[in-house]
Amino acid sequence: MSLHFAALLRRHGLLVAFALFLALVAVQAEAFLTPSNVLDVLRQVSIIGMMALGVTFVVVAGRLDLSVGSMLTLLTVIVVDRTNAFGPGLAILVTLLAGLAAGAWNGLLVGVFRLNALIVTLAMLSFLQGLTLAYSGGSNVNVADGTTWFAAFGRGSLWGIPAPVVIFALSAAVLAFVLKRTRFGRAIFAVGGNETAATYSGIDARLVVFAAYCLSGLTTAIAAIIMGSRVMGAQNTIGQGYELTVLAGVILGGTSLLGGSGSIGRTVLGVAMLGFIQNGLLLMGYPYYVQWLVTWGIIILAVWIDLGAKRGRILA
Amino acid sequence: MTTPILTVAGITKTFPGVRALSDVSFDVRPGEVHALVGENGAGKSTLMKVLAGLHQPDAGRIVHHGREVAIASPLDARTRGILLIHQELSLSPELSVAENIYLGAWPTNRFGILRKRAMREAAAAALEALGCDFGPDVRVGTLSIARQQMVEIARAQAFNANLVIFDEPTASLTEAERAQLFATVAQLRSQGVGIVYISHKMDEIFSITDRITVLRDGTVQGTVETAATDVDSITRMMIGRDLSSYFHRARADFGEETLGIEGLHVPGLVHGVDLSVRAGEVLGLYGLVGAGRSELVEAIFGIRRASAGRMRWRGREIPLPTPRQAVDLGLALVPESRKEQGLVLGLGGRDNITLPHLARFSTLGVMRPGAETRVFDRFRDELSIKTTGPDQPVGLLSGGNQQKFVLAKWLCAEPRLVILDEPTRGIDVGSKSAIHELIAGLAEQGLAVIVISSEMPEVLGVSHRILTMADRRITGSFTGDEMTEETLIGAVSAGPAALPSAAE
Ligand SMILES: Nc1ncnc2c1ncn2[C@@H]1O[C@H](COP(=O)(O)OP(=O)(O)OP(=O)(O)O)[C@@H](O)[C@H]1O
Ligand SMILES: [Mg+2]
Repeated sequence: MSLHFAALLRRHGLLVAFALFLALVAVQAEAFLTPSNVLDVLRQVSIIGMMALGVTFVVVAGRLDLSVGSMLTLLTVIVVDRTNAFGPGLAILVTLLAGLAAGAWNGLLVGVFRLNALIVTLAMLSFLQGLTLAYSGGSNVNVADGTTWFAAFGRGSLWGIPAPVVIFALSAAVLAFVLKRTRFGRAIFAVGGNETAATYSGIDARLVVFAAYCLSGLTTAIAAIIMGSRVMGAQNTIGQGYELTVLAGVILGGTSLLGGSGSIGRTVLGVAMLGFIQNGLLLMGYPYYVQWLVTWGIIILAVWIDLGAKRGRILA
Repeated sequence: MTTPILTVAGITKTFPGVRALSDVSFDVRPGEVHALVGENGAGKSTLMKVLAGLHQPDAGRIVHHGREVAIASPLDARTRGILLIHQELSLSPELSVAENIYLGAWPTNRFGILRKRAMREAAAAALEALGCDFGPDVRVGTLSIARQQMVEIARAQAFNANLVIFDEPTASLTEAERAQLFATVAQLRSQGVGIVYISHKMDEIFSITDRITVLRDGTVQGTVETAATDVDSITRMMIGRDLSSYFHRARADFGEETLGIEGLHVPGLVHGVDLSVRAGEVLGLYGLVGAGRSELVEAIFGIRRASAGRMRWRGREIPLPTPRQAVDLGLALVPESRKEQGLVLGLGGRDNITLPHLARFSTLGVMRPGAETRVFDRFRDELSIKTTGPDQPVGLLSGGNQQKFVLAKWLCAEPRLVILDEPTRGIDVGSKSAIHELIAGLAEQGLAVIVISSEMPEVLGVSHRILTMADRRITGSFTGDEMTEETLIGAVSAGPAALPSAAE
């Protein structure tokens, strides 16, 4: 009996702690669990969440993507600048293609040429930062025409639900299906779980990893469109540090960094948890920097639990 | 009567959904080799992991040297002198032999600095005592499996173990290495060490053990003196029924050639191999470990790139395939190492079975779980696999049950040629004969079958024709009456030059 309880706590300990936290904040700050605040938090996390969806595929495939933060910056600059040049329709197309290309480049190096994912994507982070500055010439860009329908993605809403939340939810649903129920998803799990066995099963691991990175580029492009539309402009630092927050959300959900396990649902949960914790801390009056310290603590906790579960599985 | 080194009484251990051990009692005496036998998943490894501190029992007592003890961790077990030599070896390939012997218990001085010299010397002494032909400074990754095993045994020597547990130690050893291992076991035994010996090989059990304890479904069926029993009664205790014929050879009814290989060359690994196998034929590939058999079939399957070679597939000349193309043509390769090459341990049995055939089990890229579950159910019943369900990660299964999933994975898509690399390694006697029957059945359905095995009786028992390999070349081809132990041994030990007939 006590054993089952321990197992339950190990599996859902974070969730229990999170529920306690929600209750605690709700008591102290009345505004916390009101529909408008909840929707607000969800809107705030939808950009991070959007990126985390693609990164989840990469992580389940046993790799990492640390380039998504500066990729977001570049793509946001592109979508804003191209909206001024071509109008929103073409700008969005160009942005999606650019995101795909950036992801494909990572995928080529990590998947096909088998270079170390950490190094490749860290280098990419720096490269894309440089590219952003070269592209923008160092100055911020703004959407010139304030009345364009481009504003809908970040500022619009559907039946009272903010458009970013709608886009995030739809994408999460589609990608959850892809990861769980399709051939591609199964191949991702196999490659992340045991690449050799996947190869012996006729699965081309290079291609699978390549595709995972392409997807990560694509979801980052969608995030950039939401971001550009929300801000109606872009600074050269707009996505700085996002790669870590994204990874934190993925890990917090319980997707293992070792690859071979995880799910989109978990990632959505992890990202939402991050959002509510940060929002709760603000509402309780803690200074902004406390969020960062708490996030650190949460990540260590999540990784520790993940490791504990793994060790339990191997030895116990 | 001597007092036992170790007595366990009433041990029970459950995992979610499985009762692996229930009320298990047995004892080990000093200077005794005690066999532990039972079907795959009977609980042998689990029981030994309890003794080695890897699992904590839910109930029961362990008495060691007359005192009741709780074995908290592997290190605790080791300091008590209890040492488990794992079913799958567990050394650190990057460390030296000496460092591995003392892994986790490195001798240090009072400043916490590693006492390298002392460690080296003690390790060298242990290796010397066992008659090992390598020194303490060699990197473990460069040693053969048999020598790695000696490193684990040297640990027992170095820590003055009083109880050594061998979990299927001979699964990947050659005949000579096996003899060497038995000599070592005898040596430990004469030092008064108690030994628990787990194996599925009856000949071993009957040649080196003093008593036998039979486990079935986690319960002890009985403990008997080896001298007072025989293979049949032990088998009956294990599986609860009689085993009729051990080997079953397929009817010899051959069709056209399924696969032909000419001049296959993989630099450094396979030298100019020709072979041909027909529909309905079982071709045995016999050789010692390291002869190049696995490399040969991996090249055929496209896992290794061949530098030269031609391939005929059902009468047509085709380029050497990639693994994907090989699967699609109808080739199946049951690889040698189930954990590394065979299975994704974190996935369930169902997902593992369908992994090579995702297209077949999906529509427009979407998997059909119903169809997947149906094959899972079919093979679970056909091969009597012990698992709690389609989603139970295969990493949690016993070694033999994992092997059955590897077989299921390759048989489920009706291939035309099945290559089996050591298909019965770690499989219990009952399932072993079931697999031999399966092989015969496949051939009788018109499949071509290639069986690699290091077990002489197995190759002789199931094959219609046997190719021998030594030193990465084919050294002989034998059929009918030519297939005897003597001819095979001659063909794998003499070089190719000494042999009149080459492969066909
Ligand atoms: N860590 C674990 N979690 C869940 N189930 C487990 C775990 N370890 C073992 N089992 C289950 O316990 C049972 C006994 O397994 P065990 O490995 O002891 O069998 P075994 O007798 O050694 O078999 P084999 O001859 O195939 O090696 C099996 O049903 C197995 O699936
Ligand atoms: Mg076992």
